[in-house]
Amino acid sequence: MNERGLANAALEPAPHNAGFPKKSFSANIGKFRELGLLGFIVLLSLGVQLRNPSFLSWENINDIATNTAILSILTIGMMLVIVTRGIDLSIGATLALSGMIAALTVYEYPDLNPMIALLLGVAVGLVCGMALGFLVSRMGILPIIATLGMMNVFRGLTYQASGGKWVSAHQMPDSFKQIATGSVLGINNLVFIAIVIYVAAYFFVNHTRTGRQIYAVGSNPDSAQISGIKTGKILWLVYSIMGGLSGLAGVLWVSKFASAQGDTAAGYELNVIAACVLGGVSIAGGSGKISGIILGTVLLGILNNALPMINVSPFWQMWIQGTIILVAVIINAVVKRGIDRNNLMRRKI
Amino acid sequence: MEPRMIANKKPFSLKGFFLQWEWMLVVLFIAVTVMNINLSEYYWNYDSLRDATMSFLDKAFIVLPMVFVIILADIDISVGSIVALSSVVMADLYSQGVPMPLAMAICLAVGLLSGLINGILIVKFKELSSVIVTLATMIIYRGIAYIILEDQAAGKFPEWFSYLGWGYVGDIPFILIVFAVFAVLFGLLLHKTTFGRRVYAMGSNPTASRYSGVQVDKIKIIIFMLAGLMAAVTALFLTSRMGSTRPNIATGYELDVIAMAVLGGVSTAGGKGRMIGAVLAVFLIGYLRYGLGLINVSAQTLLIIIGLLLIFAVMIPNLKRKRASSRNA
Repeated sequence: MNERGLANAALEPAPHNAGFPKKSFSANIGKFRELGLLGFIVLLSLGVQLRNPSFLSWENINDIATNTAILSILTIGMMLVIVTRGIDLSIGATLALSGMIAALTVYEYPDLNPMIALLLGVAVGLVCGMALGFLVSRMGILPIIATLGMMNVFRGLTYQASGGKWVSAHQMPDSFKQIATGSVLGINNLVFIAIVIYVAAYFFVNHTRTGRQIYAVGSNPDSAQISGIKTGKILWLVYSIMGGLSGLAGVLWVSKFASAQGDTAAGYELNVIAACVLGGVSIAGGSGKISGIILGTVLLGILNNALPMINVSPFWQMWIQGTIILVAVIINAVVKRGIDRNNLMRRKI
Repeated sequence: MEPRMIANKKPFSLKGFFLQWEWMLVVLFIAVTVMNINLSEYYWNYDSLRDATMSFLDKAFIVLPMVFVIILADIDISVGSIVALSSVVMADLYSQGVPMPLAMAICLAVGLLSGLINGILIVKFKELSSVIVTLATMIIYRGIAYIILEDQAAGKFPEWFSYLGWGYVGDIPFILIVFAVFAVLFGLLLHKTTFGRRVYAMGSNPTASRYSGVQVDKIKIIIFMLAGLMAAVTALFLTSRMGSTRPNIATGYELDVIAMAVLGGVSTAGGKGRMIGAVLAVFLIGYLRYGLGLINVSAQTLLIIIGLLLIFAVMIPNLKRKRASSRNA
């Protein structure tokens, strides 16, 4: 490489010409990640389809989409948090708290417009997220610790609010349960909400100044600060968005499963983080794409749905999911090493 | 040329001595004790205070290696799953006729092996960070536990096995003695050996310690193996105490353990923390739980209290530093 580079420099005055074929090759590798993930999803679906022909039926696909909608909503918030080098372990508890408060409200006032319950849940989540954002950005507490502590607090508050009891299906008015079962334009509400949020998020992270600033803060907080970005505000914003989305997800969750419990979604934060990681969001911060996390959540959703359909014992599912996550992140790391090496070679060092 | 002398010990200052985080914990501990005595007349009683340790010390074994892990600025969230896996393997082997001592040895070996796998993955794929690796292995290890035992419980251990969790040596619970021995060993390892000094060096500057000849990869693997081993020790005591095991035991232990280490003054930014602080935090949280349990404060309220305690514990030093830096500016 070195010799060829020298020879090129001697013979040709235009070095970018010589580097051109290399560049397109490495750009291809850059896309390989998501293509690979997509390919894996397609192969998996085809494999499952061969074993069980009802897998790719319209009903089942609809089922997968409805079941994945809540996860995918949370994944957006988590991606933003992880992009800023943070992590949020409290979302399961935030989800439970806002879901519980919404459920208790509709239990007390059955005639309430479900929209108000939805907004109430979002508001509760937003307050939780803002409290977290305050701790992280103003108090300088590391995200993993702040969210770990507040996870306990939110979970405790959930039990306090309900007095340890459940709000079950017959205590909820039908109008509230219809949030999850109703549909807009033939698409289930949950899926519709998820799509709207994804479109908004795509525009936000790619085409607004604040959205780009989130990535700047994540890839280099110091230079972001020096170049005039208010890093504290960005952090606060990110955790508030996460909280608001968790609140929304909480109401949707309670409405979908028609039950609000103290331990709703306990440990769900790990699924969400796993979906982000599968989708190529780097824990080191600064990188993560909407298209990636869509694939990540779809893969998790398909796994959840497909394994029971091909008669995999439920006791094997956890192991299979964990192994797929591990293998996916390792392949990702290896591919990325290849790209980096390629880039170094192009610089002719 | 005269060799330059570097003071290897800071000069002793009374103010500095009392401003350490550990004293804060001691004050908190006294406050909790006074509060508990006032709340319940049954609290201040030697027998019950002694026996309370048996109920909260099981997960404390993992706190000891977790201090090392966090000083390295890493984290291990798979420990709860390692507890479940090693416990389930032990119970399953015993029920298939393997003698109990051998099954217990295998339990420890499983913990060690799980830790080794964590360590190797983290060292080989540095870009993944310990959060992701142990998140994945956390799911995998518990998944294996589910494969082995499905939704069954396994138990019927020999009579003598319950001694681990319930037995006394003279007047003192066996688990307390074992914990004390391990705490001293880990404390010595961290504070009195070159290994310990290297751990601190790696935590505060991994690159510099690598260039100065510290075998960073080897040390990291050893520490994750220790975490796995102590998780298996916890599995022994927990299983003995419960008398049977299921694949879902010790769920959420990792977060409790990390919370105790952090409350003990170990900084997740790496390079800072002491064993004594973590041990104090174990007893602080243990007795707080026990005392509030006596007056029927629900486990849920305890969650809130412990969460807030954790937040304030890390907030106070940050506030102090902020004030100091704004005064200098």
